[in-house]
Amino acid sequence: MLTRRIIPCLDIDNGRVVKGIRFANLRDAGDPVKLAQSYQRHGADELVMLDVSATVRGRSAALETVRAVRRALSIPLSVGGGVRSVEHAIDLLQAGADRVGVNSAAVDNQRLLRELADQVGAQCVVLSIDAARRIDAAGWEVVTRAGTRRTGIDAIGWARDADSMGAGEILLTSFDQDGTRSGYDTQLLAAVRSVTTLPVIASGGADSAQHMLEAIEAGADAVLAASIFHNQNTTPDRIKEQLAQRGIEVRRS
Amino acid sequence: MSDASTHVTIINTGIANTASVSAAIERLGCPVTLTHDAESVRDAPLVVLPGVGSFGAGMRALRAHGLDRVVIERVEQNRPLLGICLGLQLLCTSSEESPGIMGLGLIDADVTRFPATVRTPQHGWNRVDDGHAYYSNTYRIESIPPDWSGELSEHGGAFVAYLRRGTTLACQFHPELSSTWGAALLRNWIEITKEVSPC
Repeated sequence: MLTRRIIPCLDIDNGRVVKGIRFANLRDAGDPVKLAQSYQRHGADELVMLDVSATVRGRSAALETVRAVRRALSIPLSVGGGVRSVEHAIDLLQAGADRVGVNSAAVDNQRLLRELADQVGAQCVVLSIDAARRIDAAGWEVVTRAGTRRTGIDAIGWARDADSMGAGEILLTSFDQDGTRSGYDTQLLAAVRSVTTLPVIASGGADSAQHMLEAIEAGADAVLAASIFHNQNTTPDRIKEQLAQRGIEVRRS
Repeated sequence: MSDASTHVTIINTGIANTASVSAAIERLGCPVTLTHDAESVRDAPLVVLPGVGSFGAGMRALRAHGLDRVVIERVEQNRPLLGICLGLQLLCTSSEESPGIMGLGLIDADVTRFPATVRTPQHGWNRVDDGHAYYSNTYRIESIPPDWSGELSEHGGAFVAYLRRGTTLACQFHPELSSTWGAALLRNWIEITKEVSPC
């Protein structure tokens, strides 16, 4: 039986890990390879790396980071953040990513996922959806550019079309919950779950194994978190122990 | 374990995830060569046939470089070959993914799609033997064909996790992404083939 996945997420800027890092050994803080190895040792099922660099130089540093992490890592690696073209996605795959996430560019160019899938196979293509609750209506809309642009696109319809657009997986981030540490948006997850058979990764708001259990019960195949792992509050292994006690199938390493 | 006999040649016909496969083998201390040259693949001690992408594209790429005959020859002569994911499927007769395209026909089986009742693609860790292996696939074979031994996993019914015959090992999962469990499997394949086929 397919197990539920626990996925730590690393934000990379200029080849270094950023955001919410509080390590005892400051010399190692921010080294993506050391952090990736540590997560693997502590039971991560795969890693997601998001490149938040704003510059061309930062982008090429990220490519080098993917190469270095790949050499050290024996679990799957998804990379996203600022992927705007088939060429950029292929560069990341050749550097050692197993899957590439596309977000804003999929909204701007609705053929991009298909073009990418035709070249590399849909199983390498992740549609990243940032969804925000609509302000004066029910439901959720797709937001892009780190939440600065509300597109008006219905997030549930967007998720339903992911499969036919060429994606092999959905990374679903709740813009409202992200950073709140008050749990995933389980209503959003359940709504997306009901319209697609693609695997769905829940993201945004996790602070505990309980939150992850709620996301899984709402239909998530995998749960992603950043700060609870970076801050060394817990490890994927400890989360899995708690999930297994609640009857969730997980990989024990 | 690094010597001439553990030099591993990876068939590189496109952009498969050769970076992950290379890295996993290099971590075991074995040097790696990537090539699509038929002669190099024929003469190599150990050959990996990786693959992501579609069955039809995979077969086209093999034929374009004359690699179809070389792979058939290696398996028929029991010369070490490891097929990974699509690399397993290409050894079969045909695939529902690309109707009308003939596979290499070394494994008497047709590749079919997972039923609509389960998550597709299958992305993640599924039980094999005593461990968990990492899968990323939409198509699979449903039972162990005659003349092969192997193991099954479960996703909307049983499907083939891996097949083995002599020094040929064909995995539906990705050993290169299956952590220490996958590394042990790769090491075993390299060691076993070293015993039976001194080069």
